[in-house]
Amino acid sequence: MKPRSNRVRKTRDEILFNGIAFPFLAVLSLVCFLPFLLIITASLTNNNEVVREGFKLIPKSFSLDAYRYIFFVPGKLLRAYGSTLFVTAFGTVGGLVLISMAGYVLHRKDFRYRNKISFFIYFTTLFSGGIIPYYILMTSILGLRNSLFAVILAGLVTPFQIILMRNFMKNVPYELIEAAKIDGANDFRTFTDVVLHLQKPALATIGLFLALGYWNNWYSPMLFLNKAELYPLQYYLYTLLTSEQAIQEAGVAVEGLIFPGETLKMAMAVVATGPVLLVYPYVQKYFVRGITIGAVKG
Amino acid sequence: MYNPTTTIKKASGNGQRKEKSARIGFFLELKKNKILFLMIAPVLIYFVVFSYLPMVGVYFAFTRFNFNDGLFGSPFVGFKNFKFLFDTGTLLYLTKNTILYNIAFILLGNSLSITVAILLSRVANKTFKRLTQSFMFFPFFISYVIVNTFSYAMLNSGTGVFTRLLASVGIENFNAYSTPGIWKYIIVSVYLWKTLGYGTVIYLAAITGISDEYYEAAQVDGATIFQQVRYITIPLLVPTFIILLLLAIGGILRGQFELFYQLVGSNGQLFEATDILDTYVFRMLRVTFDLGIGAAAGLYQSLFGLVLILTVNYVIRKYQEDYALF
Repeated sequence: MKPRSNRVRKTRDEILFNGIAFPFLAVLSLVCFLPFLLIITASLTNNNEVVREGFKLIPKSFSLDAYRYIFFVPGKLLRAYGSTLFVTAFGTVGGLVLISMAGYVLHRKDFRYRNKISFFIYFTTLFSGGIIPYYILMTSILGLRNSLFAVILAGLVTPFQIILMRNFMKNVPYELIEAAKIDGANDFRTFTDVVLHLQKPALATIGLFLALGYWNNWYSPMLFLNKAELYPLQYYLYTLLTSEQAIQEAGVAVEGLIFPGETLKMAMAVVATGPVLLVYPYVQKYFVRGITIGAVKG
Repeated sequence: MYNPTTTIKKASGNGQRKEKSARIGFFLELKKNKILFLMIAPVLIYFVVFSYLPMVGVYFAFTRFNFNDGLFGSPFVGFKNFKFLFDTGTLLYLTKNTILYNIAFILLGNSLSITVAILLSRVANKTFKRLTQSFMFFPFFISYVIVNTFSYAMLNSGTGVFTRLLASVGIENFNAYSTPGIWKYIIVSVYLWKTLGYGTVIYLAAITGISDEYYEAAQVDGATIFQQVRYITIPLLVPTFIILLLLAIGGILRGQFELFYQLVGSNGQLFEATDILDTYVFRMLRVTFDLGIGAAAGLYQSLFGLVLILTVNYVIRKYQEDYALF
């Protein structure tokens, strides 16, 4: 990248380059962040001001009403969090088990059907039956309507993650596997003992991808769930945004609090994304690594 | 002691005995690697059930499916569904929208990502680089429902920031949801905003892979940063771009369903300008309940994409073998 040199004075072209780079990148970063700022400040505004004057980036008033409301009547929120956590936890663990096993098997050069199976999996990204047969399969044939299982299954495995896992495994030298087998371990033992211990970063990366996918998923709940008690966070937020009825139902009268219809939506968005925002600084590097390794495969 | 090489040699056989030994080879392989097969079995079953089984369902595209007659009892209507889609011009405008949007996404998205990646790779301050990259990557982590929330906050007719802004300069009663013309700008902008971070990571990784020696040699020859970028960085990024392009072309008829659906929703007035194949198929499923038509549109989408990527891959393979996908 940047060649090391002992220049103390910056050359003219570097000044020009950075003169473009700094403002451009700064503006872009700001633009990327602005939407969240709006949502956050909007959630902290007095609802009446919003109704009167619309949402503003820098509101005149400050109010915790929307949050007070959410946490005062936490039933719906807790249920939504429950659904999301359930789906995310089981989906991530289940997916990791399946994906790591598959990645291990596809990594083993001595496995004769490796390429055929790889193609078998990869082909699903080229051609698909479409969502209508898929929907019919899930609801009519498998009978998974209104089951959180449907949501879990829908996001369990993707070809991208399997290939990613296989690429991670390339770091494990084959000699290790051979040595373990000489010691009498069967394939599964070699998998667990040798490979898993070396692959903690890989598991973390793919686990995070899975978890993020589940956390943000609203499409599968929309397809398969009808019972409001099952709605996970993002889908619940969606119903608040798009259904007058939903927001009315959320508007159970609470002693002393006027129902903050508009700001409640904003507050709900903040609550739904909050955890992601909190862990973001810590997990960002895993995603960067995952995308990098996945893309290098090409 | 287990020796993989021997197994492979034994199982391969020679040309004459190939077929018989292939069959024996499979069972031999199965027995030898029983556990490996077991380990990959769940994933295989998963794809068979959730990816390959639905492929059989393209049969519905040729029926007038209704829930009373069910899976196998619905009347077979041949290509009538396709004819309908074609005659009403639906297929045409859906294809046009889907492709045009994708072209915009691909060209603008990659250009922006490459630019940002180049800028980031050479910017003078490391902390600044880390910080800005974090900001630009964050939109990737939020769900499209939040995108919807933001667009609601901006555009809704009662309290939207943008709506009020227009009112304050005299344009009253602006309803974004009945103004189809602006939506292409909105959709493309939001797409860029959401995917910028992801693309930048990919191109940054590619740039990191470029050996420093090139740059150092160029510097010795007196090249400015701009010249280095133009003659070293960009040409060496072309392979990455082509691979991404290929992958994108394969999905050119597949749209960003979540993006479009969360932004446009069920606002019918906007459909002519913003409807893509994915959202149309979805509405056939959930609103119109015309599953036959929806399946037909879906099949068209998948088939078109498959043919396209095979063609493009074939063409690229003739000219530059390394760039082809397979």
